[in-house]
Amino acid sequence: MSGGNNTFLGMPAFPENAAAAVQNSQLRFNLRKATHTIRGKRAGVVAELPDWMELRQAGKEIKDHTLRNLERYLLQLEEAVTEAGGHVHWAADADEANRIVADLVKATGETSVVKVKSIATQEIGLNEALQAEGITAYETDLAELIVQLGDDWPSHILVPAIHRNRSEIREIFQDKMADWGRAAPEGLTDEPSALAEAARLHLRERFLSTKVAVSGANFMIAETGTLVILESEGNGRMCLTLPETLISVVGIEKLLPSWRDLEVFLQLLPRSSTGERMNPYTSAWTGAVEGQEFHLVLLDNGRTQVLADEVGRQALRCIRCSACLNVCPVYERAGGHSYGSVYPGPIGAILTPQLRGMSSAVDASLPYASTLCGACFEVCPVAIDIPEVLVHLRGKAPHARAERLGMRAAGWVLNRPGRLGRTQRLGSRLRRFVPKRLPGPLSGWTNTRDIPDIPAESFRDWWNRTDGGAR
Amino acid sequence: MRVALFITCVNDTLFPGTGQAVVTLLRRLGCDVEFPQAQTCCGQMHVNTGYPEEGRLLARHFVDVFAEYDAVVAPSGSCAAMVREQYPRLTRATAPAAVPAAGTSADATVAGVAPAGRVRVPSSGGPVSFADEVAALTPKVYDLSEFLIDVLGVTDVGAYFPHRVTYHPTCHSLRGLHLGDRPTRLLEQVRGLELVPLPGADECCGFGGTFAVKNPAISAAMCGDKVHNVVSTRAEVLCAADNSCLMHIGGTLKRQRTGVRIMHLAEILAATEVTR
Ligand code: SF4
Repeated sequence: MSGGNNTFLGMPAFPENAAAAVQNSQLRFNLRKATHTIRGKRAGVVAELPDWMELRQAGKEIKDHTLRNLERYLLQLEEAVTEAGGHVHWAADADEANRIVADLVKATGETSVVKVKSIATQEIGLNEALQAEGITAYETDLAELIVQLGDDWPSHILVPAIHRNRSEIREIFQDKMADWGRAAPEGLTDEPSALAEAARLHLRERFLSTKVAVSGANFMIAETGTLVILESEGNGRMCLTLPETLISVVGIEKLLPSWRDLEVFLQLLPRSSTGERMNPYTSAWTGAVEGQEFHLVLLDNGRTQVLADEVGRQALRCIRCSACLNVCPVYERAGGHSYGSVYPGPIGAILTPQLRGMSSAVDASLPYASTLCGACFEVCPVAIDIPEVLVHLRGKAPHARAERLGMRAAGWVLNRPGRLGRTQRLGSRLRRFVPKRLPGPLSGWTNTRDIPDIPAESFRDWWNRTDGGAR
Repeated sequence: MRVALFITCVNDTLFPGTGQAVVTLLRRLGCDVEFPQAQTCCGQMHVNTGYPEEGRLLARHFVDVFAEYDAVVAPSGSCAAMVREQYPRLTRATAPAAVPAAGTSADATVAGVAPAGRVRVPSSGGPVSFADEVAALTPKVYDLSEFLIDVLGVTDVGAYFPHRVTYHPTCHSLRGLHLGDRPTRLLEQVRGLELVPLPGADECCGFGGTFAVKNPAISAAMCGDKVHNVVSTRAEVLCAADNSCLMHIGGTLKRQRTGVRIMHLAEILAATEVTR
């Protein structure tokens, strides 16, 4: 694991990763079960709200309005946070953000931090960067803990350990907990309650002994300078309140103009992500509270560049609910790791290549990691037209020479009806010579499917011969 | 009403029987249909694979061919969705270039600058941009089932097909065109036909145009699950309103020797006692 934006680079392209993942039957079973369960729950609670489509539209418009006036609201936020006794830092990229956090931690004299689950800090590789400075970051979200102990990658933005089942988790706890702090209890079973209790004991020790916490945020309110976190285990609340220093690293797109706007998102987010009517813990804090120091690191890391793209910028509306992952048939079979980024699934396929550019093999293949079936767009609570962005990014992706020539040739044939007709007649004449298995890139098709027979006569020729069936 | 058939390049080349079924069906319902000979392809493959320039040329051609008709009927949810959803986006990118700078006269644009036949002058004066032409055409483009139900107002098309059939809605019909239950309403009126529900019907079959070539492993896995669901219905026929998806699923059904036939919706609706 290297830090910064290079976290997953050097990875093979998506099709190769996915081809390997799809062979893993345990992974496929775990993913299918988990995504289908949560998919059903989401559909149920969304159907309960008669005004869901209006809420969704409101969410989209609030986000668009904020993004259009991002600079103004960010400055307003900075002022409000500062006024409330917090410190605001601006980070242009991952390295800068990591350095700011590392320096802040070092200034406290501490060598360990507890963390609230945060994808932004994974995006910048914060844990690894802190490690290089001699600081250990401890994840406190149950699923993140499983991933960290298992020396693994998160494979889902909401349920990072979605690819693990409970017997795998039991093994990880038993083998690794002792290396990181309190060991797993003797005779640990794979009962969910036993696993949760083991994690609780392990984490409690950590919360009570650590003086610095690092978090992200789900929302930042420009008007009041308030940060908001939604979570369901209570570990977040422990991290946010117990330590003496709190450092929050937040993407600049997480902004909302006012408190009132929160109303919309507190309905959209839990229903879309966990399939619950409301989430168990909502924590909000403004600036520094007594006895605690608060730092806000505002992270750009490619976001303003995304904002500059008229079609692509809608990806910045994302509230990381993960609904799109749970309905995506490609994600369900390829798994989160295939996407080579902390943002997997449909949102990852459009966000990652925009944040990182498309110079690596995996990033260039991500816009193609979709059938454009549109299930993701349908469930997205802020109406991000993911298929539209995918198609847009494909237009900018590097194309292989052979494909370019093929597409140009097809365009040449299709541009004139005469050429199309002649090609069809040639195909019909040669139809007996079409092999059952096609060569090269088309072999992927014929490996598992029979190609259709080429008809003796095209529709066009039939129409002309029979005058549209009249003769 | 002048009704033009947009047969689509895939149907024209590989599934002429579907086009013939559309002709039979619409004639039986009293429509005078025309087949504009200049038609080729909607450009979906190019646009969706990342070649918007080539796609835009084909879109331009499509608009030229079909602009004069009152209705354009396509036996493909995916191609109809391409025209209705993606053409407006394609024109947005070129719209500024097609609109003359302030001060240039409309006549000069038509006579000199623009290639012949590319810019039309509406009665209100001023040149019509490609975006305007697309906006005028798209509401007239229908998938077959929409045309039958929304325009002709029929659900019983007088068909007879005594077989056990399951219907796969296909993603672009379902979420691109929002066809809803139109196709199944048509199938329910077919005499003799037993319609059985398909488990996981709204899940993608894994075709996705070039997706099947670019991501063969995932595509095959998705199709494998779809085929499993189709076989579980014990249907004799798998029906859909898109031959591309049917070709993909059908190729696997055949390779696995399942004996399930694929048929386009138009072919079932065109069938009568006489054709049997
Ligand atoms: S893209 Fe939409 S559905 Fe996907 S995680 Fe973001 S907000 Fe949720």
